[in-house]
Amino acid sequence: MGQAATRANGAHADATKDELQQFYRDMLLIRRFEERAGQLYGMGLIGGFCHLYIGQEAVVVGMQAALKPGDQVITAYRDHGHMLAAGMDPNAIMAELTGRRDGCSKGKGGSMHMFSTEKAFYGGHGIVGAQVSLGTGLAFANRYRKDGKICLTYFGDGAANQGQVYESFNMASLWKLPVVYIVENNQYAMGTSIQRSSSETHLHKRGISFNIPGEEVDGMDVVAVREAGLRAAEHARSGKGPVLLELKTYRYRGHSMSDPAKYRAKEEVEDVKAKRDPIEHVKKLLLDAGHASEEWLKDIDREIRAVVTASAEFAQTSPEPDARELMTDVYL
Amino acid sequence: MTQILMPALSPTMEEGNLAKWLVKVGDKVEPGQVIAEIETDKATMEVEAVDEGVVSALLVAEGAQGVRVNTPIAVLAGEGAPAPTFSLAEKVAAERPDEGRADKQAPDRLRAPHPPAPSPQGRGGEEIAPETKMLKITLRDALRDAMAEEMRRDPDVFLMGEEVAEYQGAYKVSRELLQEFGPARVVDTPITEHGFAGLGVGAAMAGLKPIVEFMTWNFAMQAIDQIINSAAKTLYMSGGQIKSSIVFRGPNGAASRVGAQHSQDYSSWYSHVPGLIVIAPYDAADAKGLLKAAIRSPNPVVFLEHEMLYGVEFEIPHVADWIVPIGKAKIRRTGSDVTITAHSRMVGAALKAAEQLAAEGVDAEVVDLRTLRPLDTETIVASVKKTNRLVTVEEGWGQSGVGAEVCARVVSEAFDYLDAPPTRVHQVDAPLAYAANLEALALPNVEKIVAAAKAVTYR
Repeated sequence: MGQAATRANGAHADATKDELQQFYRDMLLIRRFEERAGQLYGMGLIGGFCHLYIGQEAVVVGMQAALKPGDQVITAYRDHGHMLAAGMDPNAIMAELTGRRDGCSKGKGGSMHMFSTEKAFYGGHGIVGAQVSLGTGLAFANRYRKDGKICLTYFGDGAANQGQVYESFNMASLWKLPVVYIVENNQYAMGTSIQRSSSETHLHKRGISFNIPGEEVDGMDVVAVREAGLRAAEHARSGKGPVLLELKTYRYRGHSMSDPAKYRAKEEVEDVKAKRDPIEHVKKLLLDAGHASEEWLKDIDREIRAVVTASAEFAQTSPEPDARELMTDVYL
Repeated sequence: MTQILMPALSPTMEEGNLAKWLVKVGDKVEPGQVIAEIETDKATMEVEAVDEGVVSALLVAEGAQGVRVNTPIAVLAGEGAPAPTFSLAEKVAAERPDEGRADKQAPDRLRAPHPPAPSPQGRGGEEIAPETKMLKITLRDALRDAMAEEMRRDPDVFLMGEEVAEYQGAYKVSRELLQEFGPARVVDTPITEHGFAGLGVGAAMAGLKPIVEFMTWNFAMQAIDQIINSAAKTLYMSGGQIKSSIVFRGPNGAASRVGAQHSQDYSSWYSHVPGLIVIAPYDAADAKGLLKAAIRSPNPVVFLEHEMLYGVEFEIPHVADWIVPIGKAKIRRTGSDVTITAHSRMVGAALKAAEQLAAEGVDAEVVDLRTLRPLDTETIVASVKKTNRLVTVEEGWGQSGVGAEVCARVVSEAFDYLDAPPTRVHQVDAPLAYAANLEALALPNVEKIVAAAKAVTYR
């Protein structure tokens, strides 16, 4: 793999009607889910930190489409989208956000700490960069067992400046571990832009001194993401070691719910929404190719809203955890 | 005439073998000339002459074992030359602290504690039959055997860390494991504590059972986030879904003259954290039995060893699959006048203090905590209810220490039984000094324990 950027142009032919429809559905679920989570947060039903994924949907949906069953996924705290893409139950995710007993961590984890061994989703981690070492360890286990699995290890442009990321790169390359590193470059580490934080802003080059091939990918184009993901997954699975994908993306909301995002111009956000929105992009592909009608789009919208509404109701009616859960799961 | 003395390879080496003489009586030696080869159980090195002269006597025969550091090994006749000194050219590069065999004849400060006499009380839960043969083994080899046995038993167990494979362990604890289990299961890591600790936890989350060796626990401060935030908390945060069956192990506490950054006791740090099990054994039987138990535990375990004990020989029961239960303290010596609690190397000091106290008419009971989390409050409290007095001993600092916790539990559970305020013996409240006298002043020792025990018994 080279350092060349992958652009969406010309790649669309590779996505079938069914695939494009599925991408649209999956991305819309994430967006509507996150909008509702934001509302519930505003109503005081979700507490603590809540980092929304709106704007970045094409990244996880495209990457997930490049995986085989059993492949692992691990990420940091902006994780709702990753869990939905991995196929986890929206009800259990929303109930975890509200801290209820039917949440996927029984209400004991919250927004940043959710897991599903069934869907091979390993969190949901709150310490910036820590999941990169952990994901490298999941890949180590894959190689140890020779089970053919790969691990997708996500991190942000902020985590790209953490030391343990490079400690992990070194070991992963040294030992040819089956890991795909995905830096979701949404250009802001909380309130600090990449230009103000990083001496090398082309983050896909950050693996060069570890002999890790890197690629820049348009993270707003789900088809381009999927294609890059397939190449990277093949590379990692074939025993050639890790790959670093830099997915150029953008988050529409603040870093967390309490962030007014005054560090960037409103026009900048509006411009991305108008010109690069990942869901509008797929919608246009569907309509232009005649793969979907306006009626179909409305049906999907209705279907997704129903799922999200049900999850919000579930999350409010599920009871709080039993007090006895306070001291369970400390030790096995 | 000047004497050539047996050199030390490392800060804690006390004796070695004179493997080979490369000169004989009457030879003229030049500066830089290799005159002998010396070996310990860990490394071989060459001894070079720094000054010129003529060898007039070889005082130690080739092949001599257990030659004490600073023993005269040869005599050099010079022509008014200054006393010769020696530089060491080690065949084995050792950039980080190394260690030789400890010895009972060493100066007091370096002396490793004697193995205890077999306790009439048995072994605190783990039963051994009366006819069981006892073997002598160093603590280092007991740890090695524990890992080897568990690796034979379970293919998911592997060892990783700096110098654990090709080098055979910085302290030779992983000796010959690479040869038996191969590089896939005995993994040399780069010097990258934060990274490989996290990698180990990730592998554990995937269901493997890593043993992560820190060359010393001092270096694990680089990795403490992964130990606490990832290993200890994820079971809880995942509602019981993600487990981390992992052992973090290595030498903890003060070694000898290695300065403040290499001489810290982390007992209280890790014992503060729910989700972790913390073990700090004293003798070889406990080290082996508890390490085997730790490897089998489904929980993350912090296993605190002591460099100064690695070379000490102890008796260990010759039984298959020797396991010591986690969470049980052990009464090392019974007594009626005062309870002394200790863990790791300080157990030896406490036992010696008890001998001295006995000579002065004070009958001390020594409780080896062995596991710091979960702490065996029941055994401690029962002992204090009998003796009515408590002295806690630990190598680390006092504030928020293990002793503080023991005192708090005893005060809340046995207040009415106390005949004196509980007293703590611990390191002074300063970073550990390099100077020999200051280091000795800072650390707990037999005299300080004796004084504390006398104080609480009003002697």
